[in-house]
Amino acid sequence: MKPRLKFEHIYKAFPGVQAVRDFSLEAQSAEILALVGENGAGKSTLMNILSGAILADSGRIFLDGEEVMIDSPRRALELGITMIHQELALIPQMSVGQNIFLGREPRLSTLRAMVDWKELYRLAQQELDRLGLKISARDLVQDLTIAQRQMVEIAKALSYKARLIVLDEPTSALSEREIETLFDLMRSLRQHGVTLIFISHRLEEVFAVADRIAVMRDGQLIGVKAANEISRDEVVEMMVGRELKEFFPKANVQRGALVLSVRGLKRGKNLRGINLDLYQGEIVGVAGLVGSGRSELARAIFGADRVEAGKISLNGKEIQLHKPEDAIRLGIGFVPEDRKAQGLFLGQSVRSNIVISLLNRISQLGFIRFKLADELVEKMIRQLNIKTPSVQQRVRNLSGGNQQKVVIARWMSLNPKVLILDEPTRGVDVAAKAEIHALISKLAGQGVSILMISSELLEILGVSDRILVMREGNITAEFSRKEATQEAIMRAATGQVDNQRLSLQSQTV
Amino acid sequence: MEKTASRQAIRLFLQRYGLLLSYGLVVLVLSLLSQRFLGISNQINILRQASINAIVSIGMTLVILTGGIDLSVGSILALSAVISAALMKNGLAVPWAVLTAFAIGAGLGLINGLMITRGRIPPFIATLGMLTVARGLALMYTQGQPVTGLPPSFRYIGAGTLGSLPMPIVVAAATFIAGIILLRQTRFGEYIYAIGDNVQAARLAGVPTERVVNLVYAFSGFCAALAGLVLIARLDSAQPVIGQGYEFNAIAAVVVGGTSFSGGEGGLPGTLLGALLIETLDNGLNLLNVSALWEQVVKGVVIALALLLYKAIGR
Ligand SMILES: Nc1ncnc2c1ncn2[C@@H]1O[C@H](COP(=O)(O)OP(=O)(O)OP(=O)(O)O)[C@@H](O)[C@H]1O
Ligand SMILES: [Mg+2]
Repeated sequence: MKPRLKFEHIYKAFPGVQAVRDFSLEAQSAEILALVGENGAGKSTLMNILSGAILADSGRIFLDGEEVMIDSPRRALELGITMIHQELALIPQMSVGQNIFLGREPRLSTLRAMVDWKELYRLAQQELDRLGLKISARDLVQDLTIAQRQMVEIAKALSYKARLIVLDEPTSALSEREIETLFDLMRSLRQHGVTLIFISHRLEEVFAVADRIAVMRDGQLIGVKAANEISRDEVVEMMVGRELKEFFPKANVQRGALVLSVRGLKRGKNLRGINLDLYQGEIVGVAGLVGSGRSELARAIFGADRVEAGKISLNGKEIQLHKPEDAIRLGIGFVPEDRKAQGLFLGQSVRSNIVISLLNRISQLGFIRFKLADELVEKMIRQLNIKTPSVQQRVRNLSGGNQQKVVIARWMSLNPKVLILDEPTRGVDVAAKAEIHALISKLAGQGVSILMISSELLEILGVSDRILVMREGNITAEFSRKEATQEAIMRAATGQVDNQRLSLQSQTV
Repeated sequence: MEKTASRQAIRLFLQRYGLLLSYGLVVLVLSLLSQRFLGISNQINILRQASINAIVSIGMTLVILTGGIDLSVGSILALSAVISAALMKNGLAVPWAVLTAFAIGAGLGLINGLMITRGRIPPFIATLGMLTVARGLALMYTQGQPVTGLPPSFRYIGAGTLGSLPMPIVVAAATFIAGIILLRQTRFGEYIYAIGDNVQAARLAGVPTERVVNLVYAFSGFCAALAGLVLIARLDSAQPVIGQGYEFNAIAAVVVGGTSFSGGEGGLPGTLLGALLIETLDNGLNLLNVSALWEQVVKGVVIALALLLYKAIGR
């Protein structure tokens, strides 16, 4: 039988980067093929070529044995190829249903020029329900959480009934439960003969769902193996080209004085009276389902949103935060969860993006000292291993993971006293993740207090000294590093609370 | 598929030099059609004529870079010009009159900014309001009468020369250089690009977004006032109706110069070239005795073409 998809000697260069080189690979029908590799390895570029978003410099693509010329996203759709992009591409001001059927709205049978809205919303709702989503097709996309948006994006891709579906890091914004739903769906699609190409930096997921694993490095195919014939460590070694000492080297730090203290923080139903203490040199992990109020907590402590009630003290003194500027001046840093909407200036250079928050410190009489800026930026690029041809490169042209590192670099270079991280390693590859974790540990070692939100339990468990679990706007449990287990955290996050653990909360209310 | 690579190279080239190329092309065509066109006196003439619009466009560039728009520049120009002219006629020393004009321009601009940042009124609406209000005030203040007979020391900035260069060109060049330094060398400039690129991220990165936007509109008002002074100094007459439609010319120079309406992309070199290109066209059509009505049409078409080109080369 002819393979569903065949790449033959694909090349693609961008100014200063050979993103894909001599790439050849086959994927069969009814197969889930995982594509893994470091940030900037060329995964998204290759998939963008397949989905018609960009053109290859040379090479050929075959679909079910036939050579195809995919010169536009529309052509790709006609050929039965859909792609879920790494960066969300929904239109926020439109409803979920409108987004799903954008450009192919069902028409009224009586008047072909008119959209049949009733039918559109019925069909859209059907797609959403199939994924078990509690979202109405009439909701506006801008009112959805980032995880919900991701699921809508998936629903949209599936509604095309494609023979080849590309999923570029679909899980990086999802929590465990949604990921399970997605995987079940992928398996059932495979049963119907669909080919799925799945990109993820979380190797547990790759092993859980993929039939074969293809590894890319520096734009090239390093190898492709059946998932049950290769170990996790071997995959990592193929990816990075060396053996990697992985996973959360948490240094033991003596916990210092109380630095940040939050009492009775309230904001609608997302924050219902939060109490929180953060000590010097301590890493506190915050777990919880998406929508539990974790991000709102972070934003409130950073002064990004108004709160209705509550006190925040820093080093024993009560502080008033009206805007993020105030927080930054006091030494509080914040890596937001949605890098594209809240973190980055996509059209500006890597340098501008990194130094924006510390321009006060590196300018004289308002004039920027570019030499100082460049030194600092070069140092961060080296330290975080950011893949970019120069400090002048626009951030838009970096790969997703490298964009994330740019945001991290901005806040690390600020030397904050308190650093709040919301999903700091989203879309970051294994090696870089280990580097970021090491950096977080090192910062804590230097006395920085860290509050880290993450949907990845392994990350929370590996990095934190203390773990808080949030649910429906409350902190429902607290664990020390020793007591914490995945099961206990999940129980607290979903509602079966273990009351004895509520030490801090019951003391102070 | 080799073609795609070279297509990309062409696109990059056009992105960088497309405007310069079109300018060269226009100059070439006009110099073939008219012998007088390339003469040094005509070229200086073009520069002088372009300088008023260039000064206004400098402020406009900053505004558009933040993702905004300033429709009130023509009216602010008129109001600050007539008031300072009247003050001078009444015997106020020239430096004070000039400073008053600056204060009025920057002050009205600041009000634009406050309406946008504090009042959360879209820039288009806020500055449209200012357009009518400032024009109305100018007409009321002068009761429709021009103010003429300005002091010679003042007239120097419009009618005098430095070496062999007319002063308007010198003033425009100085403002332009100051603007470039502001945008490219200072924290303030960096903040402007950040805000235009992504306001939300700018706020979260600690950029004082409201203050920067207020100052940008104030700067635009200042530029309008400066242009107004140069203009009345040259004409030796301050009429309340001067500067009408200047917002259009300024916006045209900025967008032809490649600054994106959505903000965060572009800059002053493009604007300067845009202003020059528009003025050169005007001048050339004049030399060729094309009617003034057609000039408007040609100008409009050039702007549309420029925008189409930017779209085609993915800017
Ligand atoms: N439009 C572009 N212009 C210039 N360079 C680009 C562009 N798009 C991608 N690149 C570069 O090509 C390389 C491959 O990028 P790509 O996005 O394919 O990586 P990736 O494997 O998807 O990484 P990640 O895991 O971080 O998403 C990177 O070095 C990136 O900087
Ligand atoms: Mg990618």
